[in-house]
Amino acid sequence: MTQALDPPEDAAAPASAAARPPGPDSLVAARRALWHAVRDRDESRAARSVFDLLDAGADAEDVLLGVIARVQFTVGEEWAAGRLSVAAEHAATAIHDRIIAAMSHREAEARPADATPAAAVTVACVDGEWHSLPARILAEVLRLRGHRVDFLGAQVPTPHLVAHLHHTAPAAVALSSSIPTRLPAAHAAITAVQAVGIPVLAGGAAFGPDGRYARLLGADAWAPDARGAADALARGVPRPAAGAVRQTIDDLPHLADQEFTMVSRSRGQLVKNTMAALEDRLPAMRAYTEAQRERTAEDVAHIVEFLAAALYTDDSGLLTRFLDWTGDILEARGVPARVLGPALEILQDELKDFPRALRFLAEGHAALDGRGTRPTIPGTGSEA
Amino acid sequence: MTTFEGASRQPRGLVRHVGASWMQAPYPALVADSSGGVVEANAAATHLFPGAVSGAWLDHVVPGWLADAHRRAGEEGQPPRPVRGRHEDLTLEAHPTVGTDGDIVWWLVDDTDRLLAETALRSERERTAFLADASSRLLASLNVPRCMEVAVQLAASHLADAALLVMPAAGRRHPIAASVGGAPAEHSSARIDPSAVTGLSEALQGFPPVPSRWIDPATLPDWAVPEGFDGPAGSVVVTPLPGHGIPAGALILLRRGDHAAFDASEEVFARVFAARAGAALSAARMYAEQAGITATLMVELLPPKLHPVRGVEYAGGYRASRDTERIGGDFYDVHPGAGSDQETLAVLGDVCGKGLDAAVLTGKIRTTLQALLPLAEDHEKLLRLLNGTLLTGRHTRYATLVLASVRREGRVTRLRLTSAGHPRPLIVRRSGEVEEADTAGTLIGALPDVHARTAEVLLQPGEACLLYTDGITEAKGGPLGDVRFGTRRLREAVADCAGMPAEAVVERVQMLAAEWVGGRPHDDMAVLAISVPHSTHLTAVDGRTPGRYTT
Repeated sequence: MTQALDPPEDAAAPASAAARPPGPDSLVAARRALWHAVRDRDESRAARSVFDLLDAGADAEDVLLGVIARVQFTVGEEWAAGRLSVAAEHAATAIHDRIIAAMSHREAEARPADATPAAAVTVACVDGEWHSLPARILAEVLRLRGHRVDFLGAQVPTPHLVAHLHHTAPAAVALSSSIPTRLPAAHAAITAVQAVGIPVLAGGAAFGPDGRYARLLGADAWAPDARGAADALARGVPRPAAGAVRQTIDDLPHLADQEFTMVSRSRGQLVKNTMAALEDRLPAMRAYTEAQRERTAEDVAHIVEFLAAALYTDDSGLLTRFLDWTGDILEARGVPARVLGPALEILQDELKDFPRALRFLAEGHAALDGRGTRPTIPGTGSEA
Repeated sequence: MTTFEGASRQPRGLVRHVGASWMQAPYPALVADSSGGVVEANAAATHLFPGAVSGAWLDHVVPGWLADAHRRAGEEGQPPRPVRGRHEDLTLEAHPTVGTDGDIVWWLVDDTDRLLAETALRSERERTAFLADASSRLLASLNVPRCMEVAVQLAASHLADAALLVMPAAGRRHPIAASVGGAPAEHSSARIDPSAVTGLSEALQGFPPVPSRWIDPATLPDWAVPEGFDGPAGSVVVTPLPGHGIPAGALILLRRGDHAAFDASEEVFARVFAARAGAALSAARMYAEQAGITATLMVELLPPKLHPVRGVEYAGGYRASRDTERIGGDFYDVHPGAGSDQETLAVLGDVCGKGLDAAVLTGKIRTTLQALLPLAEDHEKLLRLLNGTLLTGRHTRYATLVLASVRREGRVTRLRLTSAGHPRPLIVRRSGEVEEADTAGTLIGALPDVHARTAEVLLQPGEACLLYTDGITEAKGGPLGDVRFGTRRLREAVADCAGMPAEAVVERVQMLAAEWVGGRPHDDMAVLAISVPHSTHLTAVDGRTPGRYTT
């Protein structure tokens, strides 16, 4: 990092900026200060970088989206690049979570008590989705815009969500999911919520950069980010016809071939068979420690999960993009991406009666072969 | 082309072939030539169209639609098609047959009865489809206001120009939902006199509806005419919404004066609809009542929200074995001591069994422990008293638990940890080492006498103590699907948790365990983290102190 990229920590000090709202420069400075603080697990320094900016008159929505969300993104990138441990990622996320809670407290006190609330919205993560921070940020943005918000948090089992909706009947549900393997669960949640007559606004990386999976699964609306979601809710999301219960197969007729069902039900067995065949094929594996073997089994299990998600959506891109991403992760840790090849070949043998799965695995293999060797992700060290 | 009257007097062409038999046919039939003159009409046709005699112009003696059809038949190159139209109060179908010389025989079929039957059938089908659709819409939500909205919107778009749903009074006010023309419903709550609308107070008491013609629309009070309803009401229907044994409310249907009044069959249909709406509303109300009771009773059984106490952070996480439930046989609690220098007692435990029955016993244990709080100085004694209570109770279940008495003394934090038949707490050191606290004891509620050994542990800032139930370590899953999560993986998971906020430690353990089990069945899982922060924390999140953060 250079001196120019790394201004003194007091760049956003309230005294110097009290006269007018802080500009984009101070957002950049706060971003850098926050990133350094969460990397060091220093909660109070992290809080100071955010609250000093708010004290200086920065807009809370800008701080949430332009500072906290951006630093959280950097945290994810740094993890992917192998420069941050999973535990450190958790710690950073927890600090962000607490800062947002403290901000929420402060904003609630600042809000005039007689303001008429905008429509009630329920924000929830799909069952099995643990990345709650994007949903949390959305909940806060919606609160700032005057909505009454029920934030149900990470990993909300669909029966809980539906029971909550019967109780509160909000104008809309904002459903968040970041991992594509949760798409079947997201689909179940979307149809269940719509059957109650409440529209679903889908968001998060799982639904694709253009929201294609949100459309595929019949969500009433999709937004690329928290601001987009708030704007969509302000425009109003029309209610679906209540009681029009759709079955999975109505939206996704290709599921009739049972490939998704078979692959997801026999997941454990597929992983076991693949591991056994891998040991036959790669003598080096026999010398693996138990922990190494478990990591490999986890990698295989992930491939099977993403294959299942690809079969569910009938989109091979879900598998190939996952393999490409895994290749990046492996290479960032000094492991060549081609180690994934044999596992794919064994899965092809295992699934030879499933034409769609075979085609997807072949496409995935071709994508891996086409990678060549590429440099690791460029360093993002100081820039959040 | 000119046709002279005399030229068409004799049957010719097609008519010759058919012979005279058609003249006696029971169906009306008439022949007309290409210039539009009547050539011949049989008795039935003359009966139908008295002027239809040979030589008359079609235009003068038959309805316009038939004359037009005849003209078109002459112009079009292709064979003419049957047409249908009305004549006096009949509906006729006219089937043309073209002769070689351009004459056309029009066979007329009286279609009136079939058409009436078809209309009746269509309206019956529409009503059935409407009722089926209405039922699924009404039953979709178990939320009472939402259900009222759906009912009035359906009624105002299919049965009337506007609809009001009046619920039995809650206190002195009646909840009301209204819709005009199916527009989104408006809710209100008003002190009204139901007897101001003829039949309304009867309907709210469950008496049979009064006939629509008894209700004088002019006497409707203002509140009974929804905003946006233009023009005076022409006719009104008031019908009760029968509930489960008690009336669920009443439906008022309004039609504008320029629309047809409700006929008898429409009144009956309104009642059929009201029956469905009433059943749905009753179900929604019953659900709301039950959910309210459950929520009230469950408050004490739900895992508590934890807050930092005197410089020590506590965070808990709970996941019931069944996704539909929020409580189960695992529990945790944190009781701050009364004085500022007193120990805080944290407890985490596991009652044998799952579900509601086990949860009820956790409630009992938690209440008992709170009562025994002054005796927390001596963990073994406290456990002995708790054991006595459980043995004399009517429950036959036993429990395991861990007690942790916590006091921060400047930089160090002193913990007294006692396990009663429970997995031993883990201590996360700043070095990344994970130790098991050296404590052991008998489980509670099974044997007449219990023993326990308490371990004393010191935590430095950044260090943490983790209490957990065996639902975590016994969780089966992993990439192979049938491997236990085990203590080793748990220890590895928390090894680099030094310096993390307590919530982050809990979330990490919960997440790893959840990913391990995937969608497979699992036991109740509970985790409680006790962590010592580096002297600073955000006070706003303890939920009591306002303000932003302290340093």
